[in-house]
Amino acid sequence: MTTVAVKPATMAQALTRALRDAMAADPAVHVMGEDVGTLGGVFRVTDGLAKEFGEDRCTDTPLAEAGILGTAVGMAMYGLRPVVEMQFDAFAYPAFEQLISHVSRMRNRTRGKMPLPITIRVPYGGGIGGVEHHSDSSEAYYMATPGLHVVTPATVADAYGLLRAAIASDDPVVFLEPKRLYWSKDSWNPEEPAPVEPIGRAVVRRSGRSATLLTYGPSVPVCMEAAEAARAEGWDLEVVDLRSLVPFDDETVCASVRRTGRAVVVHESGSFGGPGGEIAARVTERCFHYLEAPVLRVAGFDVPYPPPMLERHHLPGVDRILDAVGRLQWEAES
Amino acid sequence: MTVMEQRGAYRPTPPPAWQPRTDPAPLLPDAEPYRVLGTEAAAKADPELLRTLYAQLVRGRRYNAQATALTKQGRLAVYPSTTGQEACEIAAALVLEERDWLFPSYRDTLAVVARGVDPVEALTLLRGDWHTGYDPYEHRVAPLCTPLATQLPHAVGLAHAARLKGDDVVALAMVGDGGTSEGDFHEALNFAAVWQAPVVFLVQNNGFAISVPLAKQTAAPSLAHKAVGYGMPGRLVDGNDAAAVHEVLSDAVRHARAGGGPTLVEAITYRVDAHTNADDATRYRGDAEVETWREHDPIQLLERELTARGLLDEAGKQAARDAAEAMAADLRAHMNQDPVLDPMDLFAHVYAEPTSHLREQRDQLRAELEAAAETAPEGGTHR
Repeated sequence: MTTVAVKPATMAQALTRALRDAMAADPAVHVMGEDVGTLGGVFRVTDGLAKEFGEDRCTDTPLAEAGILGTAVGMAMYGLRPVVEMQFDAFAYPAFEQLISHVSRMRNRTRGKMPLPITIRVPYGGGIGGVEHHSDSSEAYYMATPGLHVVTPATVADAYGLLRAAIASDDPVVFLEPKRLYWSKDSWNPEEPAPVEPIGRAVVRRSGRSATLLTYGPSVPVCMEAAEAARAEGWDLEVVDLRSLVPFDDETVCASVRRTGRAVVVHESGSFGGPGGEIAARVTERCFHYLEAPVLRVAGFDVPYPPPMLERHHLPGVDRILDAVGRLQWEAES
Repeated sequence: MTVMEQRGAYRPTPPPAWQPRTDPAPLLPDAEPYRVLGTEAAAKADPELLRTLYAQLVRGRRYNAQATALTKQGRLAVYPSTTGQEACEIAAALVLEERDWLFPSYRDTLAVVARGVDPVEALTLLRGDWHTGYDPYEHRVAPLCTPLATQLPHAVGLAHAARLKGDDVVALAMVGDGGTSEGDFHEALNFAAVWQAPVVFLVQNNGFAISVPLAKQTAAPSLAHKAVGYGMPGRLVDGNDAAAVHEVLSDAVRHARAGGGPTLVEAITYRVDAHTNADDATRYRGDAEVETWREHDPIQLLERELTARGLLDEAGKQAARDAAEAMAADLRAHMNQDPVLDPMDLFAHVYAEPTSHLREQRDQLRAELEAAAETAPEGGTHR
């Protein structure tokens, strides 16, 4: 028997396979959105699905985000499991009324009679040189809405496993896809069976003793790089990939922070009113007596997402993370 | 001499791709609202149907009066009356088969009740003990929708899904004149027409969106005219003529069920009461206008037709009134009972499995309730 060398898959290909496997496993799964059919999506995540499953299962809709999500609500009411694509983060805003007024609370307002198993795929974040309205990190809006799960993968395997779990969930899931990791590869072999990851569990990507970097999505590889660089400074950093913002894995996060006594939250989204504030507050409330320093945040600036030629100044990079880690030597400074 | 008449001038041709997609003429509504009562068309109407409509209108009018009275007694937080609009409400419920779906707006409690939902459960939202009191699947009635027009795309999606599954289900979605200005109205009609979804859109044009009159809402010749822009037929009907509304909606439902796609129906009616009990309608309209509409009352129109044709006598009227009064007495009795609420329900249905922070908050409330129970006197209130 000869072994054939298999090229590692990209995150985009893992997402495609997750969609294809979910559609093959359950005829109720329907993919819909602008350009998802013939074109296969502007990032090719839905490539080949219309051909394989027909245009009724993978549907090019009119260009209208509220209509895409609003009709998905009705389809879910009738027993389907729609997976909608919002194409770009800032294009999702017209659908916010449907998301907030209906998708997130239909289970609640009907006392559990009408759950809506809808997956909302939102390519998000910057770093790909996109023009205005193509690089927002909107996770704080979704996190602030009760009734929604908010999930974001950082690895190729998680992209597969978490999307399968999102589609299988009986609750609506906002599935945030880090655009600049679409073409990333890791050791995941697309021919091997891939695990379905349960939603709501963070994972320690790198163990360390000096401090914990709490991060998710596009900032995970940046934090891993920062952790490598920090070794030269004598810091042994732990990196926790949150993977799920709602539900939030307090257990894994607090176990790590209690071990290290120091934490920095890293994300692209703005700092003020952003996810880091919630995470820092939760960690402080639960781990205060273990902390050697305040929980710090390294985030995007509180400005509208900048034009592409300036985004490198905005996005949290290795140096900014290392600066924050340096500031964690709180006792020495005070 | 114009530019085009000059020697050697460029002669325009249509762009290569241009061709009309749909002949607009058959989609356009008639110039006048369609009517049956008092016209020759009434002779063709089924007497049994007319008598059923009459009994339901009388019941509906009484329901509106009783619900409004309950707001004055503090039993309902708010009630948006459909007095004067009962023909639209009743017809919307009666044209649907059991397997079909109704998508009501917050004003359409009466249609929900006429569809078979328990009158007390239909008022749960307006009383304030929960957001939706009934199981939407039991009678295939979507929750009463408070945001304007956002239920319309749901109706399109549900009808589309049913058709994909091979079920001949029709969705009827109700919206007011103000709701036609919302973006979701546009997106729903566009999706429905592109997908040829079996949906009927019923616009109850009752003259006002709270205080704003139709003339400030739209510059269209009629709301039914909007249909042609989406590629679906628009129908204009006298919304106070129960027989006409029933006929037009029945046609639209039949058309949708047969695979003919969606229809937009505009029913011209009038909201005789204020927007809700919290509104003062005298600030934006005069008594004279209301009076002219009282003379075009849906119950009176039908009663005159039935009486003239010998289909209704005083005993028949009394029977309809008695049935309505019994419904009102029953509703009153049930609404005067305090609802029994469980505060822990706050956390019961946010997610299939509560998240860790919801579990913590649930424990907090339970502890608060237990502490309160220990200090409360015997028979303490649950509120």
